[in-house]
Amino acid sequence: MMRTRLGRQALLTGWGRTAPSSADVVHAVHPDVVDQAMRIAASEPSAGRGMIARGLGRSYGDAAQNAGGIVVDATWLDAIHHVDFENGLITVGAGVSLETLMERFVPMGWFVPVTPGTRMVTVGGAIAADIHGKNHHRDGSFCSHVTRMTLVTPTGSIELSAQSDPDLFWATAGGMGLTGVITDATLQMIPVGTSYMLVDTERATDLDDVMGKMVSGDDGYRYSVAWIDCQSTGSRLGRSVLTRGDHARLEDLPARLRQDPDKARAFHPRTLITVPITPPSGLLNPLTVGAFNELWFRKAPKHQTAKPHHMTGFFHPLDGVGSWNRLYGRKGFLQYQFVVADRYGETVRQVIERLTALKLASFLAVLKRFGPGDPGPLSFPMAGWTLALDLPVGYHLLDSLLDELDQLVMGVGGRIYLAKDSRVSPENFAAMYPRLDEWRAVRHRVDPDGLLRSDLGRRLGLCSDVNTEPGHLRPGPGTGQPAPKKKRAPAKKRALPTPIPPTERTSS
Amino acid sequence: MIDAIGRPQSLLVLGGSSEIAQSIVAKMVPARCRTVILAGRVGPRLSAAADLARSAGAEVVETVAFDVTETANHVVFADDVFDRFGDIDVVLVAAGVLGDQSVDEHNPVAAAEVIATNFGGLASAMLAVTDRMRRQGHGRLVVLSSVAGQRARKANFIYGASKAGLDAFSQGLGDSLEGSGVRVMIVRPGFVVGRMTEGMDPAPFSTTPDAVADAVAHGIESGATVVYVPSVLRWVFAVMRHLPGWLWRRMPG
Ligand SMILES: Cc1cc2nc3c(=O)[nH]c(=O)nc-3n(C[C@H](O)[C@H](O)[C@H](O)COP(=O)(O)OP(=O)(O)OC[C@H]3O[C@@H](n4cnc5c(N)ncnc54)[C@H](O)[C@@H]3O)c2cc1C
Ligand SMILES: NC(=O)c1ccc[n+]([C@@H]2O[C@H](COP(=O)([O-])OP(=O)(O)OC[C@H]3O[C@@H](n4cnc5c(N)ncnc54)[C@H](OP(=O)(O)O)[C@@H]3O)[C@@H](O)[C@H]2O)c1
Repeated sequence: MMRTRLGRQALLTGWGRTAPSSADVVHAVHPDVVDQAMRIAASEPSAGRGMIARGLGRSYGDAAQNAGGIVVDATWLDAIHHVDFENGLITVGAGVSLETLMERFVPMGWFVPVTPGTRMVTVGGAIAADIHGKNHHRDGSFCSHVTRMTLVTPTGSIELSAQSDPDLFWATAGGMGLTGVITDATLQMIPVGTSYMLVDTERATDLDDVMGKMVSGDDGYRYSVAWIDCQSTGSRLGRSVLTRGDHARLEDLPARLRQDPDKARAFHPRTLITVPITPPSGLLNPLTVGAFNELWFRKAPKHQTAKPHHMTGFFHPLDGVGSWNRLYGRKGFLQYQFVVADRYGETVRQVIERLTALKLASFLAVLKRFGPGDPGPLSFPMAGWTLALDLPVGYHLLDSLLDELDQLVMGVGGRIYLAKDSRVSPENFAAMYPRLDEWRAVRHRVDPDGLLRSDLGRRLGLCSDVNTEPGHLRPGPGTGQPAPKKKRAPAKKRALPTPIPPTERTSS
Repeated sequence: MIDAIGRPQSLLVLGGSSEIAQSIVAKMVPARCRTVILAGRVGPRLSAAADLARSAGAEVVETVAFDVTETANHVVFADDVFDRFGDIDVVLVAAGVLGDQSVDEHNPVAAAEVIATNFGGLASAMLAVTDRMRRQGHGRLVVLSSVAGQRARKANFIYGASKAGLDAFSQGLGDSLEGSGVRVMIVRPGFVVGRMTEGMDPAPFSTTPDAVADAVAHGIESGATVVYVPSVLRWVFAVMRHLPGWLWRRMPG
C-alpha cells in the first residue's frame, strides 16, 4: 500500500513527553515528498487522518503529532539554498535548525534574528509557532524577519510573503502547521561582530523590584530576561535574577579573544552530558528544585556589568544537557506560558502566589516583557508580561490549578502559548484568541477539506476527523461506493477506503 | 484527545448503565469529557445513565444499542460509533454479570452464560473497538476486571474464572497494542459496595464506585497498566496468590 511504503509507524510526543500517539512518519527527503504525502492524505479524506509537519519536536505538547495520520518529518529539508552575505538574507530548507544557522553563519558575522531558549528548533517550527526570544521588546517575533517562504498547502504550493498574501502569511505565523507545510524560507539575519555577549546581571529582591527594573531599563538592552525563584514567598515573592545584554563587538572583548578574531567568532556548541534513561518517578521534585533555585540565586552576582559570555551560555544554557526532559520521569512535564498586558503585572504576582501556596516548585520560571505583537491572529506575543513555568505532571491538583490560572489570564484579556500548551480547553483557547474565526477562514481557503490535522488541532477543535455532512462518511448505495467498513484490513496495514470523489468532500 | 494531565474529551462505555461506569462518567464530564456514548441494552437503566451524563454537563450524550453476547454485531457496532462520533479517547469496558454461584454451579448453561458475557463476549467487543482505536492512533481501553480473577475462590469461581480470562486477554491485548498509541489499563477492584453486590456482606477492603472512579482517573493520568482499588489489594493479592491451597480453601465467603 502506498501509505505504508512512504512512511513508518512511530510513537510521538512533544518535548514534555506526555500524550503519545502513533503516526506514519514520512521523511521529507525532498520537497516533492511533501506534495506526495499531501496527495495521499487527500486521496482518503474520510478514513485518512490528514497530515502535519514536524520539526525537532521542541514544542512541549501535541502540536507536532497526528494520531493515526501522516507526520511529515521536515528536518530532512535541510538544504542551505541561497546566501546573500552582503545583506544577511539567507534562504534555507524549513528543516534547518537554528543551531545549524548559528554554527554556519555566526563565524561569518550573521546571527538569527530571534532565538528561543533552545537552538534545537527548525526554521519551520520557528515560523509555525512565531517564536519569540529575549529580544522581543526590540525586534518582535520570528516571522517579522521572514521575508518569504514556500508553503505547500492542499490547494497547491504557494510562494508566500507578507506582501503577496498577508492573510495567509500571518495565519501561518503561529498557525502551528495547520495552514500548510513550509518547505523553505528566507530570513533576514542580524549582523554580529563576535559570538560573545556583554551581559549585565543583577539580583532583584522581589517581583516589584524586577518589574520596575525591566520597565525602566529594558529599552537600553537588546536582550532581557528574568529568572524567578518561584519558591520564595511573602516579602521575597518574585525574587529574581535579571540578565540583560547585547552582542559584543570585537573591541569589547578581553585581549585574549580580541587578538584571536577566529576564536571570538567561533560557534562550536557541545552537549556536555546526555540524560541516558528516564528515571521512573523523576528527579525534579520540590526538594531538588528548591535546592537548585537557592543555588542558582546565590550563584548569581548581586550586580555585574558588561561581562562577556559566549552566546551558547547566554541564550541556551539548557542545551548543554542532552535530553534533559527525561529528568521529569515517566509522567513527563508541561510548561505553562502566558502573556498579559503591561497594566496587569498583578496577574503575574497572583500566578506565582498560587504556585507557592501549593508548594508547587517550578524548576524554570522565566519572566519577560514583550513589545507589541505582530498581525498573526494566533501569534502569541503581545505587549506585556510573559511568564513561563515548567511543571511536572503528577501533582494531583495540577489540572485545577492550571484551569484556575487560565481564568486569571483570560480575565484580563491574556493568553497562553500554543507551542507550550498540552492541556488548555477548547473554550478557553477560543476565548483567549478572539481572532480565531479570522484564522479559520484563511485556513479554509487553502485547506477546504481540512487535511492538515494535528493532535493539538483535534484537542482544541481546530480540525476534525468527523465530517458532518451526511452520506460523506458512509457513502450509501447512491454513490456507488462501498462503505469503508466493508474493506476492513488487518490492523497496521490500515484500511484504505475507496477514494470519495472530490465533489463529495466537505470541509471539516 | 487525552491531554497531558490525563483528561479525555470523549468516552465510550460498554455497559453504559453500570453503576461504576456512572461514577466514572460523573468524574470525567466535569473534567472536560464532552462526548459520552453509552452502549448497552436499551432500557430505562441506560436512559437514566444518559440523563445523569447530561446533567453532569456533557454536550453530546448518546445511547447506542449493544449486547455483549451478540458478537456478530460488534464490528458493525464499533464502526458505527467511531464513524459517527469520531475519535474516542477512552473506551470503558464495564459490562459484566456476577451470576449466582450457588445456583449456577448446578446449571452449566447459566455458568457458560456468565463466562460468555464476562469473557468471550467482551473479548469480541474489545477486538472490535481496538481495531478502530489502532486506526485512530491513540486512546485508552479501560477494562473493569476484578481481584476475583486473581485467584478463584470456591464460592465464586465461575465469575472469578471469567474475570481471569478477561484480565489475561486484556493484558495480552495491551502488549499487542504497544507502539500503536493505544494503551490498555486493567482495573481490579475488590468488593465494590453497590448494585451488583446488593444484599451481600462487604468483603474486607471493600470500596465504592466513586473510589474506583478516582483510581481510574488517576491511572489514566499516570499511564498505569494495572490499577487495584483500593491500592492495598495489590499487596494483599500478591500474598493471596501464593497461599497454600488448604489455607486458601478455608478463606471465608
Ligand atoms: C527548552 C526550550 C526552550 C524554549 N524556549 C522558547 C522561547 O524562548 N521562545 C519561544 O517562542 N519558544 C520557545 N520554545 C518552544 C519552541 O521554540 C517552539 O515549540 C518551536 O516551534 C519548536 O520548533 P520545532 O522545530 O521543534 O518544531 P516542532 O515542535 O516539531 O513543531 C512545532 C509546530 O511547528 C509546526 N511545524 C514544524 N515544522 C514545520 C514546517 N516545516 N512547516 C509547517 N509547520 C511546521 C508543527 O506542525 C507544530 O505545530 C522552547 C522550547 C524548549 C524545549
Ligand atoms: N460491584 C463489584 O463489587 C465489582 C467488583 C469488581 C469488579 N466489578 C466489575 O465492574 C463492572 C461494573 O460493575 P458494576 O458494579 O457497575 O455493576 P452493574 O451496575 O451491575 O453493571 C453491570 C453492567 O453490565 C451490563 N451488562 C450485563 N450483561 C450485559 C450484556 N449481555 N450486554 C450488555 N450489557 C450487559 C449491565 O447492563 P444492564 O443494565 O442492561 O443489566 C450493566 O450496565 C463489571 O464488569 C463488574 O464485574 C464489580
